[in-house]
Amino acid sequence: MAPPSSRRPGFSRRAQYGLFIGYVVAVAGILFAILLLVIAAIDPRGFAAVRGAALDATAPISRGASAVGGFFSDLWSGIGHYWRAGSKNAEMSRELAGARRQLVRAQALEFENRRLRQLIGVAAETQDEVTVARIVGSTWTSGRRFATLSAGTQSGVAVGQPVRAPEGLIGRIVETGRWASRVLLVTDGASNVPVRLVRDGTPGLAVGRGDGTLAIRTLEIGPNRFRRGDLVVTSGIGGIFPPGIPVAQVIRIDDDLAIARPVADPGRSDFAIVQRIYQPAATGELEQSPEEQTAPVTVAEPPPASGPTAPQTPAPRQQSPSYQPALQRPQAPVREQPR
Amino acid sequence: MSRIAGSTGEVARRDMRRRFVPVGSTMAASLLALLPFVPAAPLVPEVALLVVIAWRLLRPEIWPAHMALGLGLFNDLVAGHPLGQSVALWTMIFLTCDYVDSWLGFRDYWMDWLIAAAAILLHAFAAWYIAVLMGSGIEFAVLAPQTIAGILAYPFVARLVLGLDRWRLPR
Repeated sequence: MAPPSSRRPGFSRRAQYGLFIGYVVAVAGILFAILLLVIAAIDPRGFAAVRGAALDATAPISRGASAVGGFFSDLWSGIGHYWRAGSKNAEMSRELAGARRQLVRAQALEFENRRLRQLIGVAAETQDEVTVARIVGSTWTSGRRFATLSAGTQSGVAVGQPVRAPEGLIGRIVETGRWASRVLLVTDGASNVPVRLVRDGTPGLAVGRGDGTLAIRTLEIGPNRFRRGDLVVTSGIGGIFPPGIPVAQVIRIDDDLAIARPVADPGRSDFAIVQRIYQPAATGELEQSPEEQTAPVTVAEPPPASGPTAPQTPAPRQQSPSYQPALQRPQAPVREQPR
Repeated sequence: MSRIAGSTGEVARRDMRRRFVPVGSTMAASLLALLPFVPAAPLVPEVALLVVIAWRLLRPEIWPAHMALGLGLFNDLVAGHPLGQSVALWTMIFLTCDYVDSWLGFRDYWMDWLIAAAAILLHAFAAWYIAVLMGSGIEFAVLAPQTIAGILAYPFVARLVLGLDRWRLPR
């Protein structure tokens, strides 16, 4: 098929100029788009109004389609379960046995946690939920992992708030519209969740890998403490995510990394719970340095440092200077190079 | 269906169809991103990109290069990409296609597929690099299944676009 000769529109000066101006417009448009991208990279909340409006306009379509889509995805996974019934059964029995053991440990930890918290005077912030909403879509056409939530600023949703399912953590709000908002899933490459190992409290940082798994970097030097089947929960460091929300289960050990699969699947959870930011002083930090938005760990500096920047911060709760020192020091180098 | 329009209304309708089917089908493909799937990993290719490449390769004369600016902006807003990603990349694809057309002078089915494959691959790489700049430090290998699926799906999309084009221009 020979392309028509519209690329060289004959000897007409007018047509030639028209074509030339078309190219000028195209190149100018590209430069403008690159400028937009640069602005978006520097300030992730730059076009919040436009993107929020687009979110509001498109979310109803997803909401309407989600009933149909849910049926098909259930059908599909149903077929998958049928094929893998035997191995699935064995795997689940194994998991159940492990889960029982972990439950006992968790209860012991819970008790100890409460006792220690009373000891050092960390008051549990109000953890009531902001709203309960449905996950109606995602950015499945790109390499990023965002989900669309059917609640926005009208329901009190704000940027930074953690989102969880009954089973575990889903992610964090990054964009809000009036009736819809966008969630950065924990599996996205830009998501860093400070976690700790349920078994012995080893701290770590769960970074998304983009393919549905998380890489957990331990913050301690020494042999890898994570083992296959280990459960990690949020540690509460950073002040965004409340502590104790299950995040992921380790499926593989890669040298000094632990590869884990999230316990909550946002594609299959019926409802997502939007929670308040664990320690609201964290948002003050976020607004001042938007480029550090992807690293909620940064706000886990010792309280005296964050005192002057966020005047509304109450008196430092962690009186003991030796409180979790291992968690706080090694975080800076981890943040500098996410990969 | 009669090949000759019977009335003024019919003429107007056919004219609308002739004008707006390419734009409408591309925007509809962008809207596919709103389907309520939340997959764990990127596997499904971006259909809007395939459709826009297919239209561009099938009918080089209907769109000037700057048409991709508007289509890309719509896709960015709907699909939730960083604002400007599709605007820049789609327009670059159009300009490159213009250049390739003026350079080749002739292309057949396999050349179309090759050009589309190169465009999809470069688009995936650029989108990955933009994501890295935005703070998402994933490996490019994660996007490989999606890219390969896009390259393999191109002939089907091209066939679909060809069907739409035939419906658009009844003769």
